[in-house]
Amino acid sequence: MDFRTFIDIGGSFETIVTWLRNNMGWLFSIISDTVNGMLGVSRWVLQTPPTFVMIAIFTAIAWFLASKGVAIFTLIGFSLIWYMGLWTLTMSTLALVFSSVVIALLLGVPMGIWSAKSDKVWNIMRPTLDFMQTLPAFVYLIPAVLFFRLGPVPGVIATLVFSLPPAVRLTNLGIRQVPKEIKEAALSFGCTNKQMLLKAELPVALPTIMAGINQTIMLALSMVVIAGMIGAGGLGNEVLRGITQLRIDVGFEGGIAIVILAIFLDRVTQALGTASRKRTEG
Amino acid sequence: MALIQVNDLYKIFGPNPKRAIPMINKGISKGEILKKTGCTIAINGATFAIERKETFVVMGLSGSGKSTFIRCLNRLIEPTAGEILIDGEDVMKMDQDKLREVRRYKMSMVFQNFGLLPHRNVVGNVEFGLEISNMDKEERRKKALDAIKLVGLDGFEESLTSELSGGMQQRVGLARALANDPEILLMDEAFSALDPLIRTQMQDELLELQARLHKTIVFITHDLDEALKLGDRIAILGPDGRVRQIGTPEEILAQPADEYVKRFVQNVDRTRVITAATVGGRAATITYPREDLQAAIRAMERNKTSSVFVTDADRHLKGIVTIDAAVALQKKGEKDLASIIKNDVYTTSPSTPISDLLATAIATGYPIAMIDDNGHFQGAVSRAAIIAEVNKGYEGSDTEMPQTLSDLQDALQDGE
Ligand SMILES: Nc1ncnc2c1ncn2[C@@H]1O[C@H](COP(=O)(O)OP(=O)(O)OP(=O)(O)O)[C@@H](O)[C@H]1O
Ligand SMILES: [Mg+2]
Repeated sequence: MDFRTFIDIGGSFETIVTWLRNNMGWLFSIISDTVNGMLGVSRWVLQTPPTFVMIAIFTAIAWFLASKGVAIFTLIGFSLIWYMGLWTLTMSTLALVFSSVVIALLLGVPMGIWSAKSDKVWNIMRPTLDFMQTLPAFVYLIPAVLFFRLGPVPGVIATLVFSLPPAVRLTNLGIRQVPKEIKEAALSFGCTNKQMLLKAELPVALPTIMAGINQTIMLALSMVVIAGMIGAGGLGNEVLRGITQLRIDVGFEGGIAIVILAIFLDRVTQALGTASRKRTEG
Repeated sequence: MALIQVNDLYKIFGPNPKRAIPMINKGISKGEILKKTGCTIAINGATFAIERKETFVVMGLSGSGKSTFIRCLNRLIEPTAGEILIDGEDVMKMDQDKLREVRRYKMSMVFQNFGLLPHRNVVGNVEFGLEISNMDKEERRKKALDAIKLVGLDGFEESLTSELSGGMQQRVGLARALANDPEILLMDEAFSALDPLIRTQMQDELLELQARLHKTIVFITHDLDEALKLGDRIAILGPDGRVRQIGTPEEILAQPADEYVKRFVQNVDRTRVITAATVGGRAATITYPREDLQAAIRAMERNKTSSVFVTDADRHLKGIVTIDAAVALQKKGEKDLASIIKNDVYTTSPSTPISDLLATAIATGYPIAMIDDNGHFQGAVSRAAIIAEVNKGYEGSDTEMPQTLSDLQDALQDGE
C-alpha cells in the first residue's frame, strides 16, 4: 500500500496554496501594490540623482556613521561599480534590499517585542522562525511566484521571509536581557507598560536590536541572486546571466558589485550598533 | 497614626500559595512546607508600624525575605495575604492607576545594583521619575538639578553613568529617588555593593540628608553595624521569615528578644552604639553670676562631688569649679567665682557614642559635659560610668582580660 496516497504532505501544501491563490487574490494584490509602491519610491530616490552625487552621499554616510577608512573604501568601491557600468543595476538591488529590510523590521521588531513579553508566543514563534530559516530558499520561491507572478515583488517577499528571523530573534533576546533591576526601577517610579517599553526596555535593548538589523540586511543581500531567478532584476540578474551564458567576466563583475554593496551596508550598520552599545555600556 | 502600618503580612512563593498559610499556623516548619507543597515562605506574618520621619531598618541574613518585604510595600511583588496601610489606605486593594500614583508621588526606591538606565546621562537618569509622571521638561530639569546638588554630584550632570564609580552611581540612584520629593524612601541594600570606605561615607551622607529632609526611610541591610548606625528603629528578620524583634538599636543590644537575636548582636562593639546620653546623667550646676562661692561649695557637698559645672542664666556652659580651688578661694576670703572658673573642661553632644569618648575620659580629670545643638548644658558623663559601660561589653565574651600578678602566681601554685 502506498502511504503517500494516504497522507500526501506535498499535495496538501499544494491544495492550500491553490486555495489561497483562488480565494485570497485581493490580499495578494494589496501586498503586491504596496511592495511595488515601496520599490518604485526607493528606486526613484536612488536612481534619479546623478551618479556622482549619489557616490558623494554614500561616502559622506560612511564618513559620519562609520570611519574614514570605510568612507575611502566606499568612494573607491562605488566608483568602480560605476566604471563597470553596473550603477543602475546596483541601485535597483539596493532598492530591493531596502524595501525588504524595511518591511522585515516593521514586522520583525514588533514580533520580537511580543515574543519577549509572552513565553507562549515565543514557544510558537521559535519553531516558526527555525522553519523559515532552514527551509531552502528555492522552495518558497515557488509559492511566492504563484501568488505574485514573476518580477521584483516575489523577490522582495522571498527576501523578506528569509531575512525576517534575526530581527525577531535579537529583538526578543535584547528585551529579555534587560536587567531585572532596571525593569524594577522603571516600575517603581510608576511606569505604564508603554513607558516601560519605550523608555526602558527598547533603549536598553537597542544594541542587540541593531545587531539583528545588521544580520537582516546581510541575509537580504545574500538573497539577491536567488531572487534574480524569479525576475527580481538588479545585480542578481547580472550574475545569473554570467552563469547561464558561461560568461565569467559578467558574473565576476556582478559578484564584485554585490560584495562592495555588502561591505558598505555591513560597516555602516555595525557602526550604528557600536555607537548605541558604547552609549549603553561605556 | 503610623505612616506605614503592616498587618499580618505573608508572602509565599510557589503554586497555590494560600494553602500554605494554615500549615504555617499549625507550626509546620518552612523546610517541610517546601517539601510538601513546593512553596517557599519569604515573609511569615509580619506586623509592624513605621512612623513618619523615622529611619526604619529591616535587617536579616541572606534569604530572610528582606528584598521581598520591601517590594511588597510598593507591590513590585504581590503579597499573598495581609494588609499594608499607607496613610490608612490599603496598598494591596489599590487598582493599577492608584498604585501608579503612589509609586510616582509617594514613595521612591533605591536599588542595590543601582538600576540606572545605561543609555541616559546623570541628569537624564535623575529626571526619569519626573518624566514618567509627565512633568514638563523645564520643571523636571530644574528639579533634577536640585536633586543632583543635594547628593553632591554637581559637575557630573552630563556624565554617562557607566563612567562613574559605584559610590557616585548610587548617588545618582539616590538623586533619582529624591527628585520626586517622595514622602517615603525605600532602600534595598543600597550601600551593600560599595567598598567599605565609600559605604561608610554614603552612610554619613544619608544621615546628613535625613537630618535636613526628614523623609520616612525604609532601609534594608544584612549588616548589623549599618543597621545600628542608620536606624532609629530596627526590625530583625529570622531565617524563617518571621520578625524576631523590633526596637531601637540600644534596646536590641541591651535586651535581645531571643537567642537568635542574642547570637546576632553578641559580636557588636557596644561602645559604638551606646551614647553619652545613655551612660551620662544630670549633673550639679550653679548659675553664675547669680550664685557665689558659698553656693558652689554647698552644691558639691550636697552631691558628694569634687567639682560643679557653672552655667549662665540661659544654661550656656561657662566652665567648671573644683572643690580644691573653691576651698583655696575661701581661705583668701574672696566671694567672686570668676577667677576660679576653669574652661578646660571637655564637651560632647549627647548622641556621641562612648567609643569616641573613651580616650578623653581617661585623659581628663573632670566629667565630660554634654551640650545640645543649641549650646545648652544637658548634663555630664563621668569617666567611671564610661569605663564601667565599656567593661560590661567584655563580660561573658572570649576576650582575655588582664589579670594581676598575684592572681597569676596563685594560679601557678594551684596548678603545681
Ligand atoms: N521569585 C521567587 N520565586 C521563588 N522564591 C523566591 C522568589 N524570590 C525570592 N524567593 C525566596 O524567598 C526567600 C526570601 O528571598 P529574598 O530575596 O527576599 O531574601 P533577602 O533577605 O533579600 O536575601 P538577600 O540578602 O540574598 O538579598 C528566599 O528563600 C528566596 O529563595
Ligand atoms: Mg535582597
